[in-house]
Amino acid sequence: METVVVIDYSMGNLRSVAKALEHVALPAQRIVISSEPRDVAAATRIVFPGQGAMRDCMVELNARGLHEAILEAAVSKPFFGICMGLQGLMEGSDESPGTPGLGLLEGGVKRLPERDEDTGERLKIPHMGWNQVNQRGTHPMWSEIADGERFYFVHSFRVVPADPHVIAGTTRYGTDFVCAIARDNLFAVQFHPEKSQQAGLRMMANFLSWRP
Amino acid sequence: MGLAKRIIPCLDVDNGRVVKGVRFLDIRDAGDPVEVAKRYDLEGADEITFLDITASSDDRDTIVHVVEDVAAQVFIPLTVGGGIRKVEDIRRMLNAGADKVGINTAAVFNPEFVGEASARFGAQCIVVAIDAKRAGTEDGSPRWEIFTHGGRRPTGIDAVEWAVRMEELGAGELLLTSMDRDGTRAGFDLELTRAVCRAVDIPVIASGGVGNLDHLVAGVLEGEADAVLAASIFHFAEHTIGEAKQRMAERGVEVR
Repeated sequence: METVVVIDYSMGNLRSVAKALEHVALPAQRIVISSEPRDVAAATRIVFPGQGAMRDCMVELNARGLHEAILEAAVSKPFFGICMGLQGLMEGSDESPGTPGLGLLEGGVKRLPERDEDTGERLKIPHMGWNQVNQRGTHPMWSEIADGERFYFVHSFRVVPADPHVIAGTTRYGTDFVCAIARDNLFAVQFHPEKSQQAGLRMMANFLSWRP
Repeated sequence: MGLAKRIIPCLDVDNGRVVKGVRFLDIRDAGDPVEVAKRYDLEGADEITFLDITASSDDRDTIVHVVEDVAAQVFIPLTVGGGIRKVEDIRRMLNAGADKVGINTAAVFNPEFVGEASARFGAQCIVVAIDAKRAGTEDGSPRWEIFTHGGRRPTGIDAVEWAVRMEELGAGELLLTSMDRDGTRAGFDLELTRAVCRAVDIPVIASGGVGNLDHLVAGVLEGEADAVLAASIFHFAEHTIGEAKQRMAERGVEVR
């Protein structure tokens, strides 16, 4: 029996993430929502979702003693970050100056540009809706997902990793921003696979069968 | 290529049942919100909006169960509006699986509620619904006023100024309905849509008056809306979401 833990730290609704995972899980996979560090330690796979600001995110993680458990899981088992679960991996965010992130990846989080860097056109913020994801390189998480497929986004900030080798996907919104990163057993995305219909469910299924 | 314009079917739900007669011949139970939502999901809807029109507050729990059932089977964004008056109402909807909530009357009577909700749950899940109606001006220039109670009660508030204020308070998106056009099938009030879209930097959903596919195209190209919402043209199977997307794509609108 495999246990997939969806980390609950009161940063947004996790029900949709859990339901989408359940929808594609194998019979031998159990999906559990938990805020207990010991469940994170015992899990075979981790999903780290969340919405909100970096400061609130870190406060909530620390209040539950999850900080260490997440750092440990992120280097030892299949780990899937979604939205804030991507941004939180960075060293810090312009959204919450002075609050260190988990620091698993070098680099920061910046606000999306106010204007398109080519046309000068004013951009609506949040970046909300279905946009194309351009895959960089091959990765089991992109299995059976077309390059350029659309996923559902809703965010105002974007990650800027220092090491270009971790970039697994980019999206264009005023500028080309990093919407997916991959390193070893870690994969994290800015968009919401749990709200991205077939392509999103495919990515969830890919995660559940991923053997890094 | 970039961000797609969204097409959003809207379902009125009364006491847990879809009303205003959805007519799909191939759906066994067209009153079942789950069945209808699954159908729209299959057709390629970009989001689904539920408007709870349940009259009695005693029966409001039913919409929570509707959202739970739909969210367990349909994996696209869900918005729920109608009867959202307190922070607790929002929490219940989000916990049930809604991605966004629509706030209308409560925002008019207590604008700070929008700020409170946005600070608590994030701007991305707060949609402020604006019901606007044309009002006369002395020089004949266009002006729209906010109405509440289904368009029956004027408030004297200017719709464009209100849109800007809602953005400042933390709305993540606006659902703009023309009360002059709602139910007429004469098309969006494009002048209103454009005026609001140009005044704010958050996404705007155009609503009210869609009678054919070209109205949807006009909402984006002339109204400058980020998304278009419609009910009857999809419910009566006059057009599928797929047909709407095809027409938009033919006219140069980027769709999923």
